Amino acid sequence: MTSERPDPDELLARVRDEEQKSKRGRLTIFFGAAPGVGKTYTMLESARLEVDQKRNVVVGIVETHGRYDTGAMLVGLDLIGRRKLEHRGISLEELDLDAALARHPELILIDELAHTNAPGSRHAKRWQDVEELLLAGIDVFTTLNVQHLESLNDIVAQITHVVVRETVPDAVFDQAHDVRLVDLPVDELLDRLKEGKVYISEQAKRAADGFFREGNLLALRELALRRTAERVDAQMRGYKAAHGIVETWHTGERVLVCVSPSPHSGRLIRAARRMATRVHAELVGLYVETPAALRMSATDRERLAQHLRLVESLGGEPVTLRADDAANETVRYARKRNVTQIVLGKPTHSRWRDILQPPFLDKVVRQSKEIDVYVMSGLAEDGASPKSAPSAEVSSRRPSRLAWAASAGIVLASTLLSWLVFGHDQLADVVMVYLLGVVIVSMRFGSGPSALAAVLSVLAFDFFFIPPFFSFSVSDLRHVTTFAVMFVVAIIVSQLTKRIQDQATAARERERHTASLYAISRELGIAPSRAELLATAARHLRETFHAKVAVLLPADDGRLERALEDAGTFDDSGKDAAAAEWVWTNQRPAGASTQTLPSSRALCVPLKGSRGRVGVLALFASGKSGLRDADERQLLDTFTGLIGSSLERTAAVDEARRARLRVETEQLRNALLSSVSHDLRTPLGVVTGATSALLDANAPKDEATRRELLQTAHEEALRLNRLVGNLLDMTRLEAGALKVHKDLQPLEEVVGSALQRMDDRLLDRKVALDVPADLPLVPFDSALVEQVLINLIENALKYTPASSPLALTARVLEVDASVEVQIADRGPGVAEAEHDKVFDKFYRVHEGEGGGAGLGLAICRGIVSAHGGRIWVTDRQGGGAVFHFTLPLDPAASARLAAKSEIRERP
Amino acid sequence: MSEPKPTILVIDDEPQMRKLVRLTVSSQGYRVVEAATGAEGLQQASAHTPDLVLLDLGLPDMDGLIVAKRLREWSTAPILVLSARGQEDSKVAALDGGADDYLTKPFGAEELMARIRVALRHAARAREAPRTIVTIGADISVDLSRRVVTVRGAEVHLTPIEYKLLAALLQNAGGVVTHRQLLQQVWGPGNVDQMQYLRVYMTNLRRKLEETPARPRYLITEAGVGYRLKAD
Repeated sequence: MTSERPDPDELLARVRDEEQKSKRGRLTIFFGAAPGVGKTYTMLESARLEVDQKRNVVVGIVETHGRYDTGAMLVGLDLIGRRKLEHRGISLEELDLDAALARHPELILIDELAHTNAPGSRHAKRWQDVEELLLAGIDVFTTLNVQHLESLNDIVAQITHVVVRETVPDAVFDQAHDVRLVDLPVDELLDRLKEGKVYISEQAKRAADGFFREGNLLALRELALRRTAERVDAQMRGYKAAHGIVETWHTGERVLVCVSPSPHSGRLIRAARRMATRVHAELVGLYVETPAALRMSATDRERLAQHLRLVESLGGEPVTLRADDAANETVRYARKRNVTQIVLGKPTHSRWRDILQPPFLDKVVRQSKEIDVYVMSGLAEDGASPKSAPSAEVSSRRPSRLAWAASAGIVLASTLLSWLVFGHDQLADVVMVYLLGVVIVSMRFGSGPSALAAVLSVLAFDFFFIPPFFSFSVSDLRHVTTFAVMFVVAIIVSQLTKRIQDQATAARERERHTASLYAISRELGIAPSRAELLATAARHLRETFHAKVAVLLPADDGRLERALEDAGTFDDSGKDAAAAEWVWTNQRPAGASTQTLPSSRALCVPLKGSRGRVGVLALFASGKSGLRDADERQLLDTFTGLIGSSLERTAAVDEARRARLRVETEQLRNALLSSVSHDLRTPLGVVTGATSALLDANAPKDEATRRELLQTAHEEALRLNRLVGNLLDMTRLEAGALKVHKDLQPLEEVVGSALQRMDDRLLDRKVALDVPADLPLVPFDSALVEQVLINLIENALKYTPASSPLALTARVLEVDASVEVQIADRGPGVAEAEHDKVFDKFYRVHEGEGGGAGLGLAICRGIVSAHGGRIWVTDRQGGGAVFHFTLPLDPAASARLAAKSEIRERP
Repeated sequence: MSEPKPTILVIDDEPQMRKLVRLTVSSQGYRVVEAATGAEGLQQASAHTPDLVLLDLGLPDMDGLIVAKRLREWSTAPILVLSARGQEDSKVAALDGGADDYLTKPFGAEELMARIRVALRHAARAREAPRTIVTIGADISVDLSRRVVTVRGAEVHLTPIEYKLLAALLQNAGGVVTHRQLLQQVWGPGNVDQMQYLRVYMTNLRRKLEETPARPRYLITEAGVGYRLKAD
C-alpha cells in the first residue's frame, strides 16, 4: 500500500522537471502608474531575493539614471555588457541580446519594457527582445508604466495630452506570469519629483511639466490599479474555470471592429479591444475590400496595414475579405464567426451622399438583427470620425485638369449634336443625348468630372433648349422638375457606371491573383522533385512580387542551407542571413518591412507545413515592390502556405523512397545472410572435414585417399573463393560503387584473357571460337567484361555435361549498333519460363545442386547494363542454351582512332 | 649450388599468410625474413638486403604502394605485390611505382614459386651480358642484334612499333608490364594515355605471333593491368 503512494519529494521534483522542460521562461512585470514610483528599485530588490535563493541572475539592462540608492542595489549583481551602436554619430547602448542568449541565465533583468531599440538592432522594440529571451526559456523581470500599454495609449493621451509613442502590446502584459504593481501615493511621488529623485530625459522635460500634474497622476494611478485589477479578475475567472467551479467564459463570443484606412480607425480599434476585454470576448478586426478600394492611395494602404497590425498586437485577429458590398459582407462574416457585437465608427460624410448610396452604417444596423451594433465616435477632439467602410470615400486619386476640360467638352459636343439633329422640338431626345454624355464622362474620368458634366448638362439644356432661349431663366416652372430629374438621373447613372467599372477592375485584379494562385498551386502540385518545386516557386514569386528570391531549407544536420538563391541576394554583411536564421528559430516573419531586423534587405518568412516548420523564404524586393501592402502580404501568405505544404509533400515522397530502398536493402541483406549461411558453409564444411581427416593420425590412409582428400579440399576452397568474389561484386553493383572505366579495345583480347583465367577449369572442354578479325573496337571495361565472360563460361561448365562442347561467337549487330557475344552450350537448356528469372539475384534453377549462390548471372546483367547493353538467353537449335549479351559500339571513336594510328606508324 | 640461399622478405600483416609463404618458400631452399608492418618491412629490408620482396598491399600502418616506392629508392630487388581481386587500380599503381609483378590472393604454391623464379631470373639476367637470341616458348625466336623475328621457322615482318612493343615485353619476360610502362617505352612519355594504340598494336602483334589470337599462349592480357609475355 505504502509503496504505491507517490513520494511527495519525487512528485515535486517531477513538477520542477516539467517546468524546466516546458521551456518558455516566465515574465514578471513591475507595473507602475508613472515614472518615479520605484519600479526599478523594487525589481532589483526582488532580484536580490532570487540571488539569495541561489538562482543564476544577471542584469541585462538597468538604467539607474544616476540615482544612488538604485545604483547601490546593483552592487554584487552580475551584469552583461551592453551593445554599442553608432547611429547618426550618436553612440547608443542597447541590450546585448545575443550575449544574454549565449549566457542563458535562469533570470535576467531588463528595465523599461516599452523601450524602442536603436536602429540596427535585431528587433525594433525591447519587448520583442524579451519575447525571444522567454522563448529561450529564460525568466525575465521587467518594468512598465501604464501609459505604455497599447490599449490604454489613447486614453492616456486624452488625460495627459502627451502622446506616448512607445507602446507594448497588451498580449505581453496579459500573458505575463506575474504582474507586480508598484504603487506610490501621488503626494509622495510629487515630493520625490521635487527632490529630483525622478529621472526625466531631456526631450521629455518639456512634456513633463504638463505630465506630472496631480490630476494626471491620479488618473494614471487609477488606470494602473484598474488594469491590474482586471488582470487579477481574469486570472480568478481562469482559475475558476480550470477548477470547474463555475462556467463563466462564454466560448466563441467575439467583438468585431470594422477597420478602415481612416486615420481615426486606430482609436476605434483600441476602444473595441477594451470592450472585448470587459466582456471577455475575442476581438476580430475586419476590413472589407470593395472594388472602389483598389484605387486607394499608398498612404491609405500603409495606414490600413498599420491598423490591421494594431489589431494583431492588441491580441485580436485581423481579417481581410473582398466583396462588392462592405455592409453585407460584414454582417455575413459576423454571423458566420458568431460575433456578438459589431463596433463601427460614426459616418462623417454629408447627408446627400446617403441619398445616392445606401449608407454603410444603416445597412449594417438593418441587417445585423440579433447582433449588437455599437457606433463610436472616431476622435474625441477634432470631431472627425473614422470611416468604418472604405466604400466610396477612399478614392483619393485626383482627376487631372484634362479630365475636367474633357467633361466640359463632351457636354459641348452633346449640345451641338442635339442642336443640329433634334432642335427644340424633341426635348426628350435632347435629355437622352445629355445623359449619354454624362455616362461617357463617368466611364472615362470618374465621379468628379461626371458630376461637373451633370451640372453643365442641366445648365446647357436650360440655356439652349428651354424657352426663353440663350438665357438661364425659365418661363415654364414644369421645366424645373425636368432639370431636377435630369440631374438626379445623371448623377445616379454616373455613380452606377463608376461602380460597374470598379467591379470590373476588382474582378480583373482578383482574376489575376486567382490565376497566379491557381498556376502556382497546380505547378507545385506536379513538381516531381524538390529542386523543380523550388524553381517553380521562385519563378512565381519573382513574377508576382518583382523580387529576388532565396529559399533556405534545413540540411541533414539541421542547419539552414541555401537550397535556392538568385544572384545578388545574400550579401556579405550577414544581416540577411541572420534574419533568415532568426525566422527559422522563431517562426515569425522578420527583415525588411517588419519590426524585427528591419535593416535587412530581405523579407524573410517561415515556410510551414502541416507538421511544422519546413524552411525559410527570403524575398529581396527590388525598388518599389509592394511587400508592405496588406494585400500583397496576404497573397504572399497564401504562396508560402502552398510552398510549405508542397515542400513537405516532396519530403514525404523522398522519405517514402528511402523507406522503400531500406526495405529492398533489408531483403537483399536477408538473402545475403541465407546465402552466406548455406552456400559458404558447404564448401567450408568440406574443407574442414577433408583437412581434419588428413590430420587425424589414427585414421588409416593410403596415398590415393590422401590425394583425393587434398584435391577435394582444394576444389572447395577455390569454389569458396569464387563465391566470395561474386558476393563482393554483387555488393559493389548494388551499392553503385562499381566504376566502369570504358576503353576502346578489341573484344578478342578480353576473350583471350577470360579463357586464360579459366584454363585450369576448362581442361579438355572444346571451345569453338568465332571472333572475326575485322570486328570493330568496342568501348568497355576490360576487367568487368572479362568477369561477364568468366561467369557465363562458369555457368555453362556448371550446368552442362563434362566434355560437351562450348561455342563463343562475336558479331556486329547492325540494328543495335553494338557487338553481340554468344556463348552456346549443349546442356539441358533453360526452360522458357525461366528465361528472365535466371538473371535475378539469388535465383537458382536447380536448388541446392552444387552450383553457386545464384549471383553469377545477376552480376553479368549488372555489368552489361552498366555498359548500356542487354543480356538474354535463348534455346539453341539442336539442344542447349545460348547466352547473348551486347556491348554498344562507338563508331565515331573507332574511326578517329583508325585514322590517327595510321599517321603514327611510319614505315 | 654453392651460391648462398636467396633471401625473401615477406611483408604481410596476416600471420597465416606469412606462415604459408614461409612453408612454401623455405621448402624450396630460400631463406625467409618476415615483417608484419610496412615500417618493419623497410627496416628488415635494410638489415637483410633481400633478393626479393613479397609485399601485401593492405598493410595496417602504411600504404603498400609507399613501401614499394621507398624500397625502390635504394634497392633493385624485385618486388612481388600480393593483392586481392578487385584492387586493379592499386595493383597498377604499385607496378607503375616500382613493383615488378603481382599475385592475386588466393594463389597456389606453384604459381607463387613460378613468379619468384621468374623475378629472380630476370634480376639475375639484368646483371649478365645481354643475349642476342631469345626464344619465346618453342615457336618464337627473336634475334635482338638483327631485329629478326622467326615464328615456327618462318621469318615474320614486324613494323617498328610492333618490334619495340615485343622488345619491351621481352625485357620483363614472364612478368607483367603495365599499359603505362609499355606506352612510355614504345611511344614516349607524352603518350601514356593513348591506351587504344597499345591495344591495336598488341592485337596486330598477336595475329602475327600467335596461332589462335583469341586464345593466346604467349602474349597474355592481364585485364585492367597490362600484358605479360609468357616466355616458357
